This record gives sequence, C-alpha cells and structure tokens, in this order.
Amino acid sequence: MQTTIHSLKKGEKAIIKDFDIDIVPLKLLEMGCLPGNMVELLQIAPFGDPLYLNINGSHVAIRVETAREIEVEILKNNL
Amino acid sequence: MTNQNINVALIGNPNTGKTSVFNQLTGLNQQVGNYPGITVEKKIGFCKLPNNVKANILDLPGTYSLNASSIDENVVIELLLNKNDKLYPDVALVVTDVENLKRNLLLFTQIKDLEIPTILVINMADRMKFKGITLDIPYLEEHLKTKIALISSRKNFGIDELKKLIVSYKTISSEPCLNASSIDPEYFNSLRKAFSNQLLYKLWLVITQDVNFLNLERNEIRSSFTKSHSDLKRLQQKETIKRYQFINDVLKEGLKIDTTIAKDFRSKLDRVLTHKVWGYVIFFLILFVIFQSIFEWSKIPMDFIDGTFATLSTLAAEELPAGVLTNLISQGIIPGIGGILIFIPQIAFLFMFISILEESGYMSRVVFLMDKIMRKFGLSGKSVVPLISGTACAIPAIMATRNIENWKERLITILVTPFTTCSARLPVYAIIIALVIPDNRVFGFLNMQGMTLMLLYLLGFGMAIFSAYILNKILKIKGKTYFVVEMPNYKLPLFKNVGINVIEKTKAFIFGAGKIILAISIVLWFLASYGPGKKFNNAETIVTENTKQNPLSEAEFENAVASQKLENSYIGLMGKTIEPAISPLGYDWKIGIAIISSFAAREVFVGTLATIYSVGGSDNEVTIKNKMAAEINPVTGEKIFNFASGISLLLFYAFAMQCASTLAVTKKETNSWKWPAGQLIFMSGFAYVVALIAYQILK
Repeated sequence: MQTTIHSLKKGEKAIIKDFDIDIVPLKLLEMGCLPGNMVELLQIAPFGDPLYLNINGSHVAIRVETAREIEVEILKNNL
Repeated sequence: MTNQNINVALIGNPNTGKTSVFNQLTGLNQQVGNYPGITVEKKIGFCKLPNNVKANILDLPGTYSLNASSIDENVVIELLLNKNDKLYPDVALVVTDVENLKRNLLLFTQIKDLEIPTILVINMADRMKFKGITLDIPYLEEHLKTKIALISSRKNFGIDELKKLIVSYKTISSEPCLNASSIDPEYFNSLRKAFSNQLLYKLWLVITQDVNFLNLERNEIRSSFTKSHSDLKRLQQKETIKRYQFINDVLKEGLKIDTTIAKDFRSKLDRVLTHKVWGYVIFFLILFVIFQSIFEWSKIPMDFIDGTFATLSTLAAEELPAGVLTNLISQGIIPGIGGILIFIPQIAFLFMFISILEESGYMSRVVFLMDKIMRKFGLSGKSVVPLISGTACAIPAIMATRNIENWKERLITILVTPFTTCSARLPVYAIIIALVIPDNRVFGFLNMQGMTLMLLYLLGFGMAIFSAYILNKILKIKGKTYFVVEMPNYKLPLFKNVGINVIEKTKAFIFGAGKIILAISIVLWFLASYGPGKKFNNAETIVTENTKQNPLSEAEFENAVASQKLENSYIGLMGKTIEPAISPLGYDWKIGIAIISSFAAREVFVGTLATIYSVGGSDNEVTIKNKMAAEINPVTGEKIFNFASGISLLLFYAFAMQCASTLAVTKKETNSWKWPAGQLIFMSGFAYVVALIAYQILK
C-alpha cells in the first residue's frame, strides 16, 4: 500500500510526492498542495474524518477520500 | 480630473480582513446591492482621499485565485476582464494576511498579469511581532513590481498611507511580475499570434473559465485552441507551480520568520474546540446561549414596539379628522409598519451572533466537527452554516450554500434549509404561544412558553435533517465530491465589522420584506373595508332589522355592524370561500385570510390579523394579542385560539412553504422551477396533513 496523507498520524509531517491531477481539486493545489511541499496532520475530526492539515503554511481541512489520493513521504525525524 | 471619482477594486482571499479594510476606508458610506441577474452581493463604498480625490471602493467577493469555482468568484473575473464596465478598476488593491502571505500572493500574481496597476496591501501587520515575522519591504516592492501598504485594519494603522498610495495610482507599475506563458511556450505563442491585440492572460482565462467575455467571441477562441479538460487542468497545475516557485524565491529573501518567537495559540484552542467530546458540548452550549439570549433580550424592545404602534394607531384615529384616509392610516398603514419593525430586535441579535461566529473563525471549526455526521444525511459540514443562518432568514442561508463544492450536497441543503425556523416564523409563534400555552414554570426554572418555542426550533432542524436523509436516498446525482475548508486564525471579532454587518443585513431585511408587508397591509385594508352587494353596503339596516326584538346598546350596535361588514367585504368573501378546506384544521375564515395573505411572507400573518381585527373588532382591546384572545367562535362560543387550533397553527407554520422570496431564490440558485415547485408542494402538503392530524387528535 502506498503512503498517503491518510496514513499520517497526528503531528506527523511529510513531503507531498504525487497525486492524480484529475481527482485532486484545483482549489487544493492553490492552497499549496503541490509536489515537494510539506504537509503536517494537525487534527483528526471525531469519527476519523475530515483531516485538518497544515499544507505549506495553509491551514485546511479535507476529507479522507481526497487525502487517500495524495501520495507522500513521511519525514522520520519530524523536523 | 479631480471631479471624477477613481475606481478602486478590493480583491483578496477570504479571511484576509478585506472587509475590515473596506469598512476602514469607507466607514458607513456604503451601498449594498446585487449584481444584475444574480444574487451576489455588490458592495460599493465612497472614500475621500488626500488632494481632494474621491474614490469608489468596490469590495469584490473573496476568492483564492482567478480560477473561479462559484458565481461569487465569477463576478471578480468578469469585472476584471471587461474594460468597458463602468466599475472597471483604475487601481486594484490585493489584500493579504501577513501570516498567509505565500498563499495570498498567488492571487496577487494573477491580478498583476491582467496589467492593472496593483497595490499590495499586507494586512494584520500588528501580528508580525507576535509571530516573529520580518519583511524586507523595498526588496518585495522591487521584485513584485508593486507598492506595498503595510497596515492593520484591526489596530487602524497604515490606512492613511494606503490612501496616499491610492491617490498616486498612476505611478504604480502595471507590469506582470512573472512570465506564466512559459509553461507551454508553443501553445501560448500561437494564441498570441491569433489574437495579437488581446492580453495573453485574459485569453487564457477565457479558455479555462466559464465566464462571459464581451469583447471576444469565446467560441472562436475555444474552437481553435481547444484542449481536453484533463490537459487544461494539467496546464493550470503547471501554472500554479510556476507561480509558487516565483513566490517562494521572492519570499526567501523578503520574508523571515523566527520560529522561536512564534507563539502557538491556535493549536491549543483547536484541540479544545474540535475535541470529540468538548467540541460538541461547546457547540451546543453556544447555540443554546444564542437562542436563549435572542428571546430574552428581544422581549422588552419588541413589547415596546408593539405597544408604541398600538398607541400611535389609537392616537391617529382620535386626532386626525375622521374619514377614509384616517382609517387607512390608523388601521392599515400604522399596524402594517409596526408589523415590520417588531422584527428588528430579533433579527439584529441573530445577525450579530452569526457574524461573531464567522468573524472569530469558529464557524470553520464547526464545519470540521460536523462534516462526518452531516454526510450521513447527504449534507456537508458546510451545510451547518446555512442551517444556522436559516434561523435568521432562508434567503441569505440559501445563498450561503454556494461554497459547498458537491452539487448533490448543495442541492439538498438548499431544499431543506426552509424548514429551519426563520425569524419570520417567530412573530407567528410568539403570538400563538402566548395565547394558548400557559405562562407557567416547570421545575421552577423552565418556562413552558420558552420550552414550546425551543421545541419548535428543534422540530424545524429535525425536519430539515430528516428530509435531507430522504432526499439523499431518492436523488440520483453523481458529482465530483470534494471538500476543502480553510481553517482561519482565531480573531477577536471587531465591533465595527459586526456592527456594520448587523445594520446592513437588518436594513436589507426591513426594506425588502417591509415593502411587501406594507403593500399587503394596505391592500388588505381596502379589501376589508369595501365589499360587493347589499349585505355589505346596507350593514346598518340589516343589523337594525335583525335586532329589532331586543335593541343593542350603541357600542354593541357598532360592533355588530363592523363584523357584518367584515364578513361581507371582499376579503371576508375570500376567507369564507376557503373556510371548508381549513375548518378541519380548526381555523375560521379570518385565519384563512391571514393564511392566504401570508403566502408571500409568513410574518404577514400577524399583521393581517391585526388589520382584520382593527377593522372588525371591538375597540376596547388595544394590542393584537388581546384582540386575538377575545375572538370567540359565534357558533360554539369557544375561543378561536384554543389549545388544539393553536398547536395546529404552530405546526402548519413550522412546515408550510409560506415564503415567495425563498421560492424565488431557490429558483435562482438551482436554475430550475422544478426544485422550488417540489419544495412548495411537499412542504405545504406535509404542513396541511400534520396540522389536520394534530387538530383532530387534540380537539
């Protein structure tokens, strides 16, 4: 299974690697969700969805179904 | 040129304090209207600048970029593409938040590509110290090819400097700050050749956006330069990356953040407000406090307004020379105006609370908290905002659904929002509850009348959620489902912003609804004061004939004549016609009149009864409530407003679609008569059945 934003634990940071441009909304890209940028999982809503993220300095919430589409590489030492 | 106003457009992402800047520049010198044909709010203000220059300031809807995804955002693009528009800006102010500068600059670079002189307004500068941010302004100005105004609309500094910058707009560069066409040079070169007299970025927007563009034949451009949806989106992604690269490079030098200084207050608050237990507890406590205070605080001013108009009405009747005109004033116009003004306290409080929740940033947390639950009913977390605003008025609430990205979730939200208890139902509820529910306390503190009102609110919400659940099962709409919510910083709501918002919204409501109510009141008065045939015109003779055996006192005689006249007036005949249909619900023909007239707007119900009873009733009772309490069914001798008919009326108004404006706005937002027609049939049909059952059980 590939690692996506959905695999992150609360407080974990990762670098965005790739995603399907046809599924992920343009609005999210404009918020800074682009390959190479950092993403941090700040909060998980009760019942596990949506996810509250810090993407490249923007604070946004997205649903798990979108988070699953965004492939990332987790930063181990949590810089 | 000093006598010609310059046009200034305020553009910016949501949550950058754009409206605060607008309020600071214009004060109360604002006009709120609509863009032609659509219900997007158009806010224009006037501002005096140094050197006797005057400016029209246009506050455009907040947008994250020039890639529009809603009609609010389309407005921004359409204005910026159309040089012939009389509001086309001489200068654009892009408002940004210093804490989100990177993201906010994306829109700025797009605006620059339109070659409009652009000032970069960096707002919330008072938070720089707190967050450890330093800016190299000259460096940024040079590389972004602009002038920067560092301001704080909250702390009110930098506004004068901003005004000076606006005056000197002619010296501000209108050059783009990066070359976006390098994402696909071949494509853009051929585009440039084909339309050499047009701005390249404008062409690109026409190709990618669904907007009207007057000067160009859109089909012509599209047919020769078409690309697949997927290819276009890939190019848009490239464009976004390109812009961010540029912004990152500039900010690397121009913006420094000392993270050791930054204090993190939001994450602590987030942890509590979105907690799986405390989050919900706090949310429901806030709702509870809001509803309690609306009713507690509005009571005194509402009683005052009611009393005042009753006195005015009596005064007009006594002081003015007797005649038709005086009757129209004292029985038609004054009660009509009173019926509008009585809303002011509750509407103002409600808008105040909603505005505070939005300004503070709390509303986004509620969206986050509720999304998963709402989705079970086919709604979105974003439906919470319309459902809460629906308690003020369904019309702005339905317009607030525009930021719901998924069409099915949005449609369901639009369809069920009118079930929430809007402020127009309040006067109807208030007066009927006061008549039929005893003013007792249970357990010493729970007021029965207050409890009934709260139950009606819960019933409204419950019905909205229940219908959503059903609609979600029935409607077969597949759509792209996505959901992106910005979680803004927490802010203390600004008194000025909340105040202006409350004034604007209340004014719009009073004048919008007020015109209808006043007009209907006057028409009603005429219909109630005149009638066809002998039975109306010879009322005195008929009453005298009927009471020959035992003559009435003078006052009794006048009353008898008045009710004889009302019963045979035009409106009386209308009421009588529908009486068979509504008598199983426990209503008489007078209530029937009120139901007919309140089809356009619920609040007309109380005003109608006021007008009818002023014309036909005894003059001993001054306020509407006392007049209604004194109404007795001539056949059974029972009170007209008893427990059974009262509950039946409450339920009828809880569910029935008695609001022409809501139907109109549903039509506009869904672009079809199908949906408002469905709303009308389902809601009013359901209301009839429920009221019928309730009355038959309780009577």
